[in-house]
Amino acid sequence: MPSARSDRPSSVRRGPRTRLGQVAAAIGAAGASLVLGAGPVLACGGLVGENGTVSLVRTTTLAAYHDGVERYVTSFEFTGEGEEVGSLVPLPDVPTEVERGGDWTLQRLQQEIADDEQFATTADAGAAESAEVLEEVEIDALDITILRGGADEVGRWATDNGFLLTPDSPEVLRFYAERSPIFMAARFDADRAAALGQQAGDGTPIMLTIPTDEPWVPLRILGLGLDADKTVGADVFLLTEDRPQLLAGGEGLGLDRSEAADRFLLTDLRTDEGMEWVPEDMWLTYMPLEVSAGDLDYDLAISTDADAAPDVDDAGIPTRQAVPVTSSDGGGFVWWPLAVGAIAATALVAGVALVRMMTAAPVRVTTGDHR
Amino acid sequence: MTGGGYAVAATDDAGSADVHGPGTTTVTVTIRDSRFHPTRIRAREGTQVRFVVRNEDPIAHEMVVGPESVHARHAEGTEAAHPPGPGELSLGPGPTGATVYDFDRVDTLRTVCHLPRHEDYGMVGGVEVVARPD
Repeated sequence: MPSARSDRPSSVRRGPRTRLGQVAAAIGAAGASLVLGAGPVLACGGLVGENGTVSLVRTTTLAAYHDGVERYVTSFEFTGEGEEVGSLVPLPDVPTEVERGGDWTLQRLQQEIADDEQFATTADAGAAESAEVLEEVEIDALDITILRGGADEVGRWATDNGFLLTPDSPEVLRFYAERSPIFMAARFDADRAAALGQQAGDGTPIMLTIPTDEPWVPLRILGLGLDADKTVGADVFLLTEDRPQLLAGGEGLGLDRSEAADRFLLTDLRTDEGMEWVPEDMWLTYMPLEVSAGDLDYDLAISTDADAAPDVDDAGIPTRQAVPVTSSDGGGFVWWPLAVGAIAATALVAGVALVRMMTAAPVRVTTGDHR
Repeated sequence: MTGGGYAVAATDDAGSADVHGPGTTTVTVTIRDSRFHPTRIRAREGTQVRFVVRNEDPIAHEMVVGPESVHARHAEGTEAAHPPGPGELSLGPGPTGATVYDFDRVDTLRTVCHLPRHEDYGMVGGVEVVARPD
């Protein structure tokens, strides 16, 4: 395994704005797994059955940011359980490409951390208009639809297209739509899955190419449809040009790896389908997520700009709830909480000043042309 | 507020100290984020409440008001939607509907959405029926 980067080549280019685009880890299918009218499938993450129950599938996702473009790779797993389930995934921006991902990128990343003791112990844990359809793509047995719209519009589209949204979905969709009106809906076509000979457990990797400067990574979506005491498990991989600064909103998101990506790893990834863009040097971050669904009310804000702190708003939380994502040994670059604290303090002072102004005696105001 | 015609009662979100009735009154209930707003209301015995329910969510909901025997029946029922009836209302995403219920005795009744998992999620409200003033 490589050690922390100290001799990073200076030739590595930073993006025009180096905050990582959304990466989405788990979400992928994950997040919002939603029941369809009837049929089979699932997404990595929670699976919602026809009676609204949810079974858990651990999610693995890669979000890579290079030259201002995010590649988001996740896998949708065919469950073969006879239920039709789909997923809604919030996206930071409109994808320019939606294509089948390489078959082993996610597996290779898992392999990279497979000798990690902690991973070994956790791997088995468990009235609106309809939205605008921007793109529809068939990938194997998956029907992928890219949508633009507010929460109500996307929810309406999902309902009209046979998704049975869980009762928490209106609030969660609104949570995301405030930041980005772009969503991806995915559903399996049972007949095509059968024709392709897909078996339960077979995954279909997809990769989205998303030019964006948005830094957030949706995590809250992973808890959609789950009872509050259910544990959400996900493996979130980031590949960035520089060491990222990470901001989340609570416990449950660990930082197990933050290091220069091993060159063998990058070479291996580069040989997979659609991954030829992988440069010679990248920074690898691995974050296991283990948290009860009731506590997963935050996303992950990311910045790869040493001079730019992650945006608290991109974590979907108030400043007071912001928590830096650091390793257990306290490693990681965490200067920005000071900035966040300063902002909060400034806001407090401003608030006190405002209250004082509102409670002070009236002041006569004269206009500039007063004579 | 007394009966005789319809009146829209203002209530806060958690339930107001305002007491409806007796007589006939209208209460507007908004459904948003799978919650009833207001959550609770109070009415005097002998009050007929016309519930006007506006569903602002992009998903279907229902509102059933009545004694626990009614809720038990709905909780185990298999109807995807209920025809309009006293104390029972099904709404698709977006629309507004109405249902009427007579609160004729002192009691505490629940209002519940019995769609799968909605009650567990917290989509429960209530009506406290208090004695008619002397």
